[in-house]
Amino acid sequence: MELVLALGIGILTGSGVWLILRPRTFQVIIGLSLLSYAVNLFIYAMGRLRVDAPAIVERGGAADPAQYADPLPQALVLTAIVISFAMTALLLVVLLAARGLTGTDHVDGDEG
Amino acid sequence: MAGVADHLIVMPVLLPLAASAAMLLMSERRRVLKRVISLATVMALITISVLLLRTAAASHDPLIYLLGDWPAPFGITLVLDRLSAAMLLLTNILGFTSLLYATARWDRAGPRFHALFLLQLMGLNGAFLTGDLFNLFVFFEVLLAASYGLLLHGAGRKRVTAGLHYVSINIATSLLFLIGASLTYGVTGTLNVADLAARIPAVAAEDLMLLQAGIGILGVAFFIKAGMWPLGFWLPGTYSAAVPPVAALFAILSKVGIYAMLRVLLLLPQDPSGSATHVVDEWLQIGGLATIAFGTIGVLSSKSLSRLAGYSLIISSGTLLASIGAGEAVLSGALFYLVSSTLGVSAFYLLIELVGRAETDMDTSPPADAVFDDEYVGVREEDQENEVGVVIPATLAILGGGFMFCALLLAGLPPLSGFIAKFAIINGLLDTGISPWTWTLAALILLSGLATIIATSRAGVDLIWTPDRPSRDLRLVEAVPVGMLLALCLGLMIFAGPIMRYMEQTADALDVTARQPPAILSDPEEGTTP
Repeated sequence: MELVLALGIGILTGSGVWLILRPRTFQVIIGLSLLSYAVNLFIYAMGRLRVDAPAIVERGGAADPAQYADPLPQALVLTAIVISFAMTALLLVVLLAARGLTGTDHVDGDEG
Repeated sequence: MAGVADHLIVMPVLLPLAASAAMLLMSERRRVLKRVISLATVMALITISVLLLRTAAASHDPLIYLLGDWPAPFGITLVLDRLSAAMLLLTNILGFTSLLYATARWDRAGPRFHALFLLQLMGLNGAFLTGDLFNLFVFFEVLLAASYGLLLHGAGRKRVTAGLHYVSINIATSLLFLIGASLTYGVTGTLNVADLAARIPAVAAEDLMLLQAGIGILGVAFFIKAGMWPLGFWLPGTYSAAVPPVAALFAILSKVGIYAMLRVLLLLPQDPSGSATHVVDEWLQIGGLATIAFGTIGVLSSKSLSRLAGYSLIISSGTLLASIGAGEAVLSGALFYLVSSTLGVSAFYLLIELVGRAETDMDTSPPADAVFDDEYVGVREEDQENEVGVVIPATLAILGGGFMFCALLLAGLPPLSGFIAKFAIINGLLDTGISPWTWTLAALILLSGLATIIATSRAGVDLIWTPDRPSRDLRLVEAVPVGMLLALCLGLMIFAGPIMRYMEQTADALDVTARQPPAILSDPEEGTTP
C-alpha cells in the first residue's frame, strides 16, 4: 500500500509540476489541481497509513488510541480540499477574463 | 475573570468578518452607507489594537485565548504577545489610511470593494494572532483570497494578467505551505506552535532530517511571500498593477511572510549536533543580501514610480531578512525598521498616484469598460457628483514636500525614522563583531539607500517640477491619509526612545520563546497537561 500511495503522489506531483510550467493557462490550472491532489494525499499519509481503523472513538469507555486512525490529518485534508477547490474556481474566472481581454490563452497575455 | 476584556483578543478577527458579511447583503448603490460602516469598523479595530497593545506591553507573558475553551494543544489558540500586538496595530492603521484614501474615488472602480477590504484585514489580523500552524495556513488563505479580489479590483487588461500570475504563484505557495505543515505534523504530532517548541528538542535523531525538510519547505513558502530573491520576481509587477490604495495595504503582505518566518524558523533546535538554526541564519543572510542587491538594481532601473515603490519594498524585505539572520542583537532594530519602512512604502504608494495623476498611465488610470457587468459603476462617469470634493490649494508644494519626505524616509537619511531604523540595525551589526559579512551587509544597506535617493529624486524632478503639466486637483480626503502616515513616521522619530525599548523587549521575548516555550500548555487555570 505504501508503494502504491508513494507512486501515486509522485506521479501526480511530477505531472503537476510539468503542467504548471507550460505556456497555456488551462494547462497551468490542471497542473495546480493535480498538485493539490498530490498534496492532499501527502497530508493524509502524514497521519500514518492504517487499514480498517476508524477515526472516531465510540461513546463510553476508555479508548485505546492504537486502535484508531489519526483524525487530525483527515480534518486538515478536508479543509485543504475545500480551499483548493475554491481557489481553482477563482482561477478559472480569472483565466476567462484574461482570455477575453487579451484574446489569447498564453499565460503572459501575448504570444511573444 | 470572564468579561468583555477577555474576549477582546478575538475581536480583530470577528469584527471585520461580521461587517463584511453584512455588507454583502447591501445593494451596491448604497455606497455612502458602506463607506461609513467600513470606516467605523476599521476605527474600532484600531481602538481594539491599541488596547491590546497596552495589555501586551503591560504583561510579561503572552496572552492566550482558547477558542471554544478547548484545552491548549487540541483546540485552536490565539496568542497575543508584543510582536503580534504591534503588527496588529500597524495593519489596522494601514487599513484605515488606505480605506480613507479609497473613498475618494477608487472604491467605485468595481463592485464589493469594502467587503473584500475588510476580509483582507481579517485575514491579516488572524495571521498575526494565531498560535497554530494550520490556522496560520487558513488565515493566509483568507488574506490571499481577499487579496486576489482586491488586486483584480478595477479590472483592465494589465490587472487581469498580473492577477493570473499572482493567483497561480500563491496557490503553488500554499501547496508548499501544506507540505511543510503536514511534514512537521508527521514528525512531531502537533501543529500548535508552543507545543512544537516543546516537542522539537525531543525529536529522534533519525527524524530530525524530515523535520528540517518540513520547516525548510515552510520557509520557502514564507520567502515567496516576503519576496526574497530569487523568489520575489512577481512582486513589483503585481503591486504596480494594483490600484493605489490596495497596493498601499499590500505593503504589509510581504511583512506577513517575515512575521511567520520569525515565528516558525526560530523553532528549529539550537543544539550543536543539529545546528539547523545556523543553516537558517546562513540562508537568511545570503538571501537577504541578494534581495537587497536585486532591489537596489531594480530601483535604479525602474521607469515608473509604482515599480520603484515595489522595488523599495523588496529592499526593505531584504534588509529585514538579512538583519534577522544576523542574530538577536539586530532584531530590535529590524523590528523598528519593519514598522518604519512599511509606513513609508505605504505612504509612497498613495503619494505617487497623486503625483502622477496628470499622466495618462496604464498603471493608474481606471479602465473605460467593465469585465464583469454586474453592479459595475465606473469611476469616470461618476466623477462629477463627488461628495467629498474639498480641493486644497498649494497642491504642488504639498505634493512636493510629501514626496521629499517619503524619499528621505525610504532612503534612510536623517532626520527621519528611516535613518533611526537603519542606524539601529547597523549599530547592532557592529556589536555582533567585525566580520567581512557584517561589512558587506552594512555597505549594502547604505548603498541601497543611496540608490533609492538617486532614483526618487530623478523621478521627483521629472514629475513635480516639470512645468508643462496641467494643474492637478488634490482632495482633502486623499491628502489626509498620506499626511497621517507621514505624521506617524514623524512620531516614530520623535518617540524613538520608548518605541525602541518596546522593540527590544519584543526581541528579547522572541528570543526567550525560541529557547524555552511559554507556559501556554501547562496553564494552571485550564488544568491541562500537554
